[in-house]
Amino acid sequence: MTLLEVSGVSVSFDGFKAINNLSMQIGEPELRAVIGPNGAGKTTFMDIITGKTRPDEGRVIWGESSVSLLGMNESRIAQEGLGRKFQKPTVFEDQTVRENLAMALKNPRGPFSVLFYRKTAEGAERIEEIAREIGLTDHLTRKAGELSHGQKQWLEIGMLLAQDPRLLLVDEPAAGMTPAEREHTTDLLKRIAKTRAVVVVEHDMEFVRRLDCKVTVLHEGSVLAEGTLDHVTKNKDVIDVYLGR
Amino acid sequence: MAYTSTWQKFSTRPAMPRRGLIARNPSVLYFLLALAAFTLGVTLLSEATGVGVLSTSFVKTLGKTLCLCLVAVAMDVVWGYCGILSLGHFAFFGLGGYAIGMWLMYARTEIIVAESLAASPIPPTGQEISEAIASQIFGVVGSSELPAIWTFADSLFLQLLAVVLVPGLLALVFGWLAFRSRVTGVYLSILTQAMTLALSLYLFQNESGLRGNNGLSGLQNIPGLEDASQASISIAFFWASALALGLGYVFFAWIVSGKMGSVIRGVRDDEARVRFLGYHVEHYKLFVFTLTAVVAGIAGALYYPQAGIINPAEIAPIASIYLAVWVAIGGRGRLYGAVIGAAVVSLMSSWFTGGGAPDVNLGVYVIQWTDWWLVLLGVTFVLVTLFAPKGIGGLFDLVADWRAPHRHEDYGPDASAKRAEEGEE
Ligand SMILES: Nc1ncnc2c1ncn2[C@@H]1O[C@H](COP(=O)(O)OP(=O)(O)O)[C@@H](O)[C@H]1O
Ligand SMILES: [Mg+2]
Repeated sequence: MTLLEVSGVSVSFDGFKAINNLSMQIGEPELRAVIGPNGAGKTTFMDIITGKTRPDEGRVIWGESSVSLLGMNESRIAQEGLGRKFQKPTVFEDQTVRENLAMALKNPRGPFSVLFYRKTAEGAERIEEIAREIGLTDHLTRKAGELSHGQKQWLEIGMLLAQDPRLLLVDEPAAGMTPAEREHTTDLLKRIAKTRAVVVVEHDMEFVRRLDCKVTVLHEGSVLAEGTLDHVTKNKDVIDVYLGR
Repeated sequence: MAYTSTWQKFSTRPAMPRRGLIARNPSVLYFLLALAAFTLGVTLLSEATGVGVLSTSFVKTLGKTLCLCLVAVAMDVVWGYCGILSLGHFAFFGLGGYAIGMWLMYARTEIIVAESLAASPIPPTGQEISEAIASQIFGVVGSSELPAIWTFADSLFLQLLAVVLVPGLLALVFGWLAFRSRVTGVYLSILTQAMTLALSLYLFQNESGLRGNNGLSGLQNIPGLEDASQASISIAFFWASALALGLGYVFFAWIVSGKMGSVIRGVRDDEARVRFLGYHVEHYKLFVFTLTAVVAGIAGALYYPQAGIINPAEIAPIASIYLAVWVAIGGRGRLYGAVIGAAVVSLMSSWFTGGGAPDVNLGVYVIQWTDWWLVLLGVTFVLVTLFAPKGIGGLFDLVADWRAPHRHEDYGPDASAKRAEEGEE
């Protein structure tokens, strides 16, 4: 089933076309890797889907009932079930790892539900479980600002898990990770993608190869090639603009 | 796959046993104990209930200070915790004062008028009484008609309702317009200044129906308590102010703790990120802005009967700026910091400007504190902002650090921190 359909989307910043007539479909479940040189528009693509950037034209259609995401604000889109991990790890540095995860945990989002929210044993268990998954069990009471770059990456992945979204947009998750951590990340993403849609932006070819999924190559804001990694790496255009350098 | 299967709903289990608010925030207990001790001390030293060392006017000053502490706590929640630098919260404080002032003035005038007319040979009609009240109150602005906004002034209950509703509704409408358009940062501060300026300019006009620049006066005379001395009234208001501060403190401590506190501090630090987690940031801002405005109104309603008079100058934009300065000096982001800042700075302010501080003779120039206090305050504010951003409250951290073990070192080597190669950023 198609979960997200992006079609004919364009956006320009001061006359510069960052996204140019881009179309893409993501199924549920699916694991998709998006690669492309720096400035290809990968982050902007995520900005458009998550409501951070309004496209000049095109459509972004979501879910069974085919609602348009373009009229919605960021928080509404997130409530629809889109979760995002940013390229630069963004966690709440002034708060503990546990608080960061608790804030992300899937629960009613209104001010009054939050005000009268009571911790549940299940929620606490869930946080423990995620902390184990992201290797931060011993750090739950630590301020997120004290974590290393790699640990912040993990925490943000953990927050994404806690949100329990239908579609996960993951921007360069492996930056700042050790080879072992990268392997763990690929395993985790593959596991998650068995039941939900995951879009991963990554530079690292080894990482993408290990994901073993359909690959979309972006270049100058549009799709250059799509298919298996072997297929796209044999594509002449792709070799010219990306791999050839 | 065990992992994914537990992803689903998790709201069915019973709530966990929860540690109480006080257990999680011991500073709340310390604050309440300090407030209780202070209240007891003042009670024992006052004229009405104690040995009489403290004059009635000083008890009023202390009671007013407690009200200022309460509005400062509200300011700290909206600014220190939620990151909205509102420079208009004193307007809400003033509106609360006006709302209660209308009843105080009306009801008291009614009693006076009834007494003087009772002596006349023909018993007065209701019409005559209300006309007499109107000309008593509005003679000073050359009018003898009761403006429409005084319709409910004879009802204590309705005016008490107005103490809460008028600031609350103004904050709700203003906040809704501002937050919806995503006005943030310095632009929002300017907008709140414009709001309080517009309000005070409006109130300055006689047509506002609130006696223009005369404001409302005689508020220290409480209708129905004619026989009570000002000494007794002052201690009663002092108690009420202490109670309000205590309740307000606990209430806000509850608001800023737990998950709500987590979300609003998140809004302060990175509101875009909070949005991507699915929280409607605007709703949270509106909630905090309105709630703190209501508490500011309540604080004002307790303050002005102790001050005796309220006029539009009270709502001048500078008053709201002072409020921010108090909180900054006391240390924002911690409720007791706001209390300390408001108490210390406002008491010092009345000491310096009231001529209490001795002049400093430099030989060539004599520093008179009535003129130079503001300069001193401004310099202090700049110095605190630059060199002690945690304010006076930051001193408590030093004590806590000194007493607590150094937990930062207990975590062992951090593999990823030591790594040489990092992903590009
Ligand atoms: N808000 C913005 N304003 C101006 N230019 C932008 C903005 N966001 C992105 N761009 C430009 O759009 C292009 C695509 O950026 P980005 O999506 O971040 O690329 P990638 O993530 O693929 O490296 C870049 O040239 C970048 O400078
Ligand atoms: Mg990018």
